[in-house]
Amino acid sequence: MMDDLKLKSNPGVNLKTEAVNLYYGRFQALRGITISIPHRSITAIIGPSGCGKSTLLRIFNRMNDLIPGVRVEGKVELDGASIYEKNTDVVALRKKVGMVFQKPNPFPMSVLDNIAFGPRQHGVKRAAELEGIVEQSLRQVGLWEEVKDILMQPALSLSAGQQQLLCIARVLAVGPEVILMDEPCSALDPDATLRIEDLMRDLAQDYTIVIVTHNMEQAARISDMSAFIMMEEDKAGVLVEYSPTAQLFSNPKDKRTDDYITGRFG
Amino acid sequence: MTILPAGSDKDYKKTYMEIRVAFHRKLREIQDDIVTMGSMASNAILRSVEALKNRDLDLARQVILDDQKINHKRFEIEEKCIQLIATQQPVASDLRIIVAVLYIIFEVERIGDYAEGIAKIAIMIGDEPPLKPLIDIPRMADHTVDMLRRALDAFVNRDAEAARAISSEDDLVDQLYDQVFRELLSFMAEDPKTITRATRLIWVTHNLERSADRVTNICERVVFVVTGKMEEIGVSKY
Repeated sequence: MMDDLKLKSNPGVNLKTEAVNLYYGRFQALRGITISIPHRSITAIIGPSGCGKSTLLRIFNRMNDLIPGVRVEGKVELDGASIYEKNTDVVALRKKVGMVFQKPNPFPMSVLDNIAFGPRQHGVKRAAELEGIVEQSLRQVGLWEEVKDILMQPALSLSAGQQQLLCIARVLAVGPEVILMDEPCSALDPDATLRIEDLMRDLAQDYTIVIVTHNMEQAARISDMSAFIMMEEDKAGVLVEYSPTAQLFSNPKDKRTDDYITGRFG
Repeated sequence: MTILPAGSDKDYKKTYMEIRVAFHRKLREIQDDIVTMGSMASNAILRSVEALKNRDLDLARQVILDDQKINHKRFEIEEKCIQLIATQQPVASDLRIIVAVLYIIFEVERIGDYAEGIAKIAIMIGDEPPLKPLIDIPRMADHTVDMLRRALDAFVNRDAEAARAISSEDDLVDQLYDQVFRELLSFMAEDPKTITRATRLIWVTHNLERSADRVTNICERVVFVVTGKMEEIGVSKY
């Protein structure tokens, strides 16, 4: 396990923030967040409810822009380039940095159209190419065998677990570098959860994954790095500790991390 | 710096106060068990040496019988630890405590075995005339038992400094061991008829010396619980 950590500790960074503050109007939700997310690995963000985990996740693809009154200070870089510039192409950014949400949210269209939707938006027109992308994306998430004969059926007829896998396939179809996951298993049964976790380990060979989870055992099981966020007195979230997961869950550096993950009074 | 969580008082309690109360109660119970087991092993050491000193063969037999209770206690604690690991997914300091307990009960059980060994030697010696009055051997036993008691206190109090200090006291037990050994050698050199009796006493001192080494192993586990670091402290001369 230590060897794994070593390999993972220097794989290059493709996503990072420096001294990021985020405000919702006058309320500061995040303070001084500096974090480097290593390439092709899984980083889990944990912390109590309302500490700003999802807010931090949404910084990476500028999903917070959609909320009125949001202001971000500091630097956020993807592959060495700032993503908060005036001329940043946010659509292109969200192609590179895909997102999977808590509740599976397939579009009300067929299985095939769900996957083809993104590539079509980005200009893929040829049917053969689209079909190839659909098959490959569904194979990547291990759903192809189950849905290859029902590609024209509504995606909403699939089970919740299958719908979530479909949503991951939909992200993969546009060729992202980073996949953000906001509580991707909290609406799923244990079998579907394990299936997604297994898939995440596979995907981490090729993609950088950042996951927000309330389930600490899940964070411990699947992630390479763990970030613990906690609110300070004014309720702004700060990054208390960011360590290799095995270390954070066996010997955290900060007492507040220990108190939180062992469920003691903080 | 006080860290206040967000949300209502209800959320606050839900997130912070009431979490894992039952689990932490069980963890404290295990700590109580380990202290109990420690005093069982301490008694065994003291009684085995008393049996030897007073040629009390009944007491020696009782020490041997009672070792079963120490072994049983060890399995009982081990099972509790396994159940907590299986059901509670302990992490961080909780995990380190449970892992340390598993090691510590093994060491304490071995100390019990050394006491049993001394009791068996007492029976072997039986009512043979004493070589000499036993002075340093009871001192070794007292000191070892004192180290064990304080090491388990250090565990309960998460006191790494105390653990390091106790560990260094192993030198004193080693010195007593040397002293008794030299003394017994001189008996044997003077009169070969004492060889059997002297050798048996050397076995006794060896058991006590090993018991004190086990205490230093316990101290290492205390340091691990507190600091998360595995370090060898107080390397024994033997």
